[in-house]
Amino acid sequence: MIPVGFDYQRPESVDAALALLAEHGDDATVLAGGHSLLPVMKLRLAAPEVVIDIGRLAELNYIRVDGDGADSYVAIGAGTRYRDIVVSDVLAKECALLPAVTRTVGDPQVRHRGTLGGALAHGDPAGDLPAAILALEGTIVLRSPRGERKVPITEFYTGVFSSVKEPDELIVEIRVPRTGSTGWAYEKFTRRSNDWAIVAVAVVTAPDGARRIGLVNMGSTPLRAKATEAALAEGKSIEEAAALAAEGAEPPADNAGTPEYRRHLVTVLTRRALQTAAG
Amino acid sequence: MSILGTRVVRTEDPVFLTRGATYTDDLTDERLTGALHVTLVRSPLAHATINSIDVEEARNAPGVVAVFTGADCDIAPALLFPAANKQMVRPFLATDRVRYVGEAVAAVLTEEAYQGEDAADLVDVDYEPLDAVVDMKEALKDEVLLFPEAGTNSVTAMHLNKDEPGDDFFADCEVVVSREIVNQRVAAAPLETRAASAYWGEDGRCTIFCSTQNAQSARDEVAGWLGMDAKDLRLILPDVGGGFGAKIGADPEFALVAWLSKKVGRPVRWNESRSENMTGMVQGRGQLQTITIGGDRDGTVKAYRLDVVADAGAYPRLGVALPMFTRMMAPGTYDIPKVWSTAKVVATNTTSTAAYRGAGRPEATQAIERAMDLFADEIGMDPAELRKKNVIKPEQFPFTTKGGAEYDTGEYAKAIDLACKAANYEGLRAEQARRRERGDALQLGIGVSSYVEITGGGAFVENATVQVHPDGTVTVLTGTSPHGQGHATAWAMLASEELGIPVEKITVKHGDTDLIPTGAGTMGSRSLQTGGVAVHNAAVELVELAKQRAADVLEASVDDLELDKATGSIVVKGAPGAKSVSLADLAGTEELKVFHEWDAKKPTFPFGAHVAVVEVDVESGKATVERIWAVDDAGPILNPLIFDGQRHGGIAQGIAQAMLEEVVFDSEGQPLTATFADYGIPSAAELPSFDLVTMETPTTINSMGYKGVGEAGTIGSCPAVHNAVIDAVSHLGVRHIDMPLTPVRVWTAIHEAQKESAK
Ligand SMILES: Cc1cc2nc3c(=O)[nH]c(=O)nc-3n(C[C@H](O)[C@H](O)[C@H](O)COP(=O)(O)OP(=O)(O)OC[C@H]3O[C@@H](n4cnc5c(N)ncnc54)[C@H](O)[C@@H]3O)c2cc1C
Repeated sequence: MIPVGFDYQRPESVDAALALLAEHGDDATVLAGGHSLLPVMKLRLAAPEVVIDIGRLAELNYIRVDGDGADSYVAIGAGTRYRDIVVSDVLAKECALLPAVTRTVGDPQVRHRGTLGGALAHGDPAGDLPAAILALEGTIVLRSPRGERKVPITEFYTGVFSSVKEPDELIVEIRVPRTGSTGWAYEKFTRRSNDWAIVAVAVVTAPDGARRIGLVNMGSTPLRAKATEAALAEGKSIEEAAALAAEGAEPPADNAGTPEYRRHLVTVLTRRALQTAAG
Repeated sequence: MSILGTRVVRTEDPVFLTRGATYTDDLTDERLTGALHVTLVRSPLAHATINSIDVEEARNAPGVVAVFTGADCDIAPALLFPAANKQMVRPFLATDRVRYVGEAVAAVLTEEAYQGEDAADLVDVDYEPLDAVVDMKEALKDEVLLFPEAGTNSVTAMHLNKDEPGDDFFADCEVVVSREIVNQRVAAAPLETRAASAYWGEDGRCTIFCSTQNAQSARDEVAGWLGMDAKDLRLILPDVGGGFGAKIGADPEFALVAWLSKKVGRPVRWNESRSENMTGMVQGRGQLQTITIGGDRDGTVKAYRLDVVADAGAYPRLGVALPMFTRMMAPGTYDIPKVWSTAKVVATNTTSTAAYRGAGRPEATQAIERAMDLFADEIGMDPAELRKKNVIKPEQFPFTTKGGAEYDTGEYAKAIDLACKAANYEGLRAEQARRRERGDALQLGIGVSSYVEITGGGAFVENATVQVHPDGTVTVLTGTSPHGQGHATAWAMLASEELGIPVEKITVKHGDTDLIPTGAGTMGSRSLQTGGVAVHNAAVELVELAKQRAADVLEASVDDLELDKATGSIVVKGAPGAKSVSLADLAGTEELKVFHEWDAKKPTFPFGAHVAVVEVDVESGKATVERIWAVDDAGPILNPLIFDGQRHGGIAQGIAQAMLEEVVFDSEGQPLTATFADYGIPSAAELPSFDLVTMETPTTINSMGYKGVGEAGTIGSCPAVHNAVIDAVSHLGVRHIDMPLTPVRVWTAIHEAQKESAK
């Protein structure tokens, strides 16, 4: 339970962090809240030579509305702690799904350390935030010495714990649409109150009125319940649409659930989430 | 007014709640100055032969002082349970074969702990993987053998029956129900993991600081393994952070630590990580049970049979003995004319098993209480009624059961009535009927358990020393070994009551084998009825001794003297204002100290009844425990605060087994629940508030009437909750679900029952 020895660097700016990342390449790992990274280092499943701590960079810690008029969105710095998302007045008004989802992550200790950027970079298919951002059709802003690029979350994940993010890139910002304070729901199903989800379903109402549904732990990446979304768009009832929620999913098997169970559970949770979101 | 029966706040708590306790790994004892850290290299495979171990690179790593393997270790492999197959010995470091994931194969000694983990990674073990056997039924086939030289995986002949019942055992029964159920393996997971530090003095004596539930027997065990005289060994217990049975006695690691210290000529310290603890510390339960119950449609139970297969794990330990208690307690609270049981114990490529809160008795209760519900379901009788019809009646005590136990005292039907009344049982049934009628997604389940258990059943003898000092303070030495049970407060109350000296002036000491050479420690809920009674008796004797001494001082006859408890002084009866002498003053003249050894000769049988209410979401399978009403009768209550605390912890652990906890290995013997993220320990959020109902029926076995309550909550709550969850879905055709009752299991059972009824 003691990590392999490593060098510790704490750059003063994002640019300095990027320079260090470029310098050390594959030998370096970024440390944000540490709540995914440190456990694997302690189990010696990861042994980076250099740990670059971005956890205290104020320039990555903000929640604000950016952009103009119809193009405006909520911008969240990648280093923003879960706890700050939970209590954000901006988000309560502009994108209330996000604090509600974040409130269910782990326990207070985890929420005071973990960051949104860390959760998305880690990309655990059982994590709460990736599926929520997927339902929101958020955008991930990546920066490297080569410049900045914006990747829609729908194109971000490529498999279990893997994404299109290059090793020398940092997630600097997450952008989500202004979906407002209503029309959403999050159904997280756990064994114990502070466990990871066996399955969870995030529902949000897009600016155009469409329902978008993100699924947690139903495959190797966060998924959208596309068949359910389409059925709703065709005017099917919530019951009918929710019954399709597992279509295309390949859920995992573990102690907490068989794939068959998860395929069933997701339909129940989707129905309940849609009913709640409908108010 | 007597202090007994009052809520004295635990005197040990301020330290625990403020600066924290001092556990073995926290010790800064000067004898451990310069201690080396022991890191054990552990097997990643459940079953393999060892071709070779290369320690060269590790030896040369920074901070490494020494590396030892099984080839260097001359402690003879030990039989960890006397009645186990003599071939099933455990080496202190594996030599040619490993038998479970986590078995120690090498020891690395370093200046700093982190260097040990680095160097351990460099020890290169060449394993030849073997097929592993994890499933008990598979192991019984003797196809894959853990100990080829034993020729079998069967561990013991100690549970063999003399004669078998005839085929007509159930012949006179109108209804017979039979079913295989699993009492799953669980982890004790104490917050303080295992730890030991050792140091050898100039005098050739070894001192071991360690975390155990009984210093004296641990000393004897370690001495035996090391081939030393027990007199040359001293065990000192700092604070012990929980044991739950898994810290009974010594761990082989304790002996290894002492041996390593001698070998390198320096003190050494060992403290395992949580990951090591989840595979290295003994685990509990692990029984496969076949229950068969028969009787008549009017609810008369006539015959009960229990066939047990118990999992010993890789190296047989105390787990081998536990089916003895399971069999003894098989008929539970019931007067069943015919009872039969069998038990087999089998070795598997898993962590060894031993005692866990209840140790053999909860397994018996779970079996009979599930059997009663299955029978009630079959004949369509209310489960509480069925129980009351069959329990042993108060006038039948003392009662010798068909299991061979001699129950001392009990009022089993009254306990069931009290629990049902507190729960408003009729009202709950009505609410359940309404929900069934409506077809609600949230169904109500009501579970009843009636239990009797055995406490103080292992060691009957315990001692206490009570000494009054000239400054008016008192020292109590006890052979019990508190690790959360509050003996410092409880024993002080017992002494205070007899001596008239306030609790604040009484210090209770335990767990140093030089100071207290004999004692049996704390396990099996034994402490109060053995060690507590010993303290009481010693204090009574001390007052007698004081009166004899005072007779001279006060120039009065002993018969005319008494202790004035308000002042702690010996006075002349009926002569207020006459000359008196305090116990402290008497101690000033001559040592005032009494050693008392009390032999209870017999165990006691606490009992009770629990009623649990659960809600089951039939769509998702999620079951939630809403309320639990517990009647736990362990005789007179010494301190309600401590008594209820024991029940709280116990009830939580019983619910945990019913609902959440299970140690799981895959078919290759890899542990799948070796972290707290994967293993289902509940938090307060998963538990309801507990409704505790008081009932006090004294035992006749000791003068105080005390029985034990340490394990009662676990034993009562687990079957009540288990029954409640199945009750919630029984109208859907579900008859049984194995624990833990996780959503996937409950949903799968409903789903299967629906498929069945659709056929
Ligand atoms: C007890 C416990 C319970 C938990 N329960 C839950 C739960 O219920 N639900 C849930 O979703 N999660 C849970 N988590 C995980 C938690 O959400 C993690 O904190 C989160 O997944 C990672 O965020 P972090 O800031 O701690 O990242 P870190 O651990 O610091 O980093 C994680 C990974 O992301 C990389 N990284 C971090 N920031 C950036 C960045 N800005 N750009 C590029 N790469 C970056 C790191 O290099 C690392 O590889 C739990 C964790 C713990 C310890």
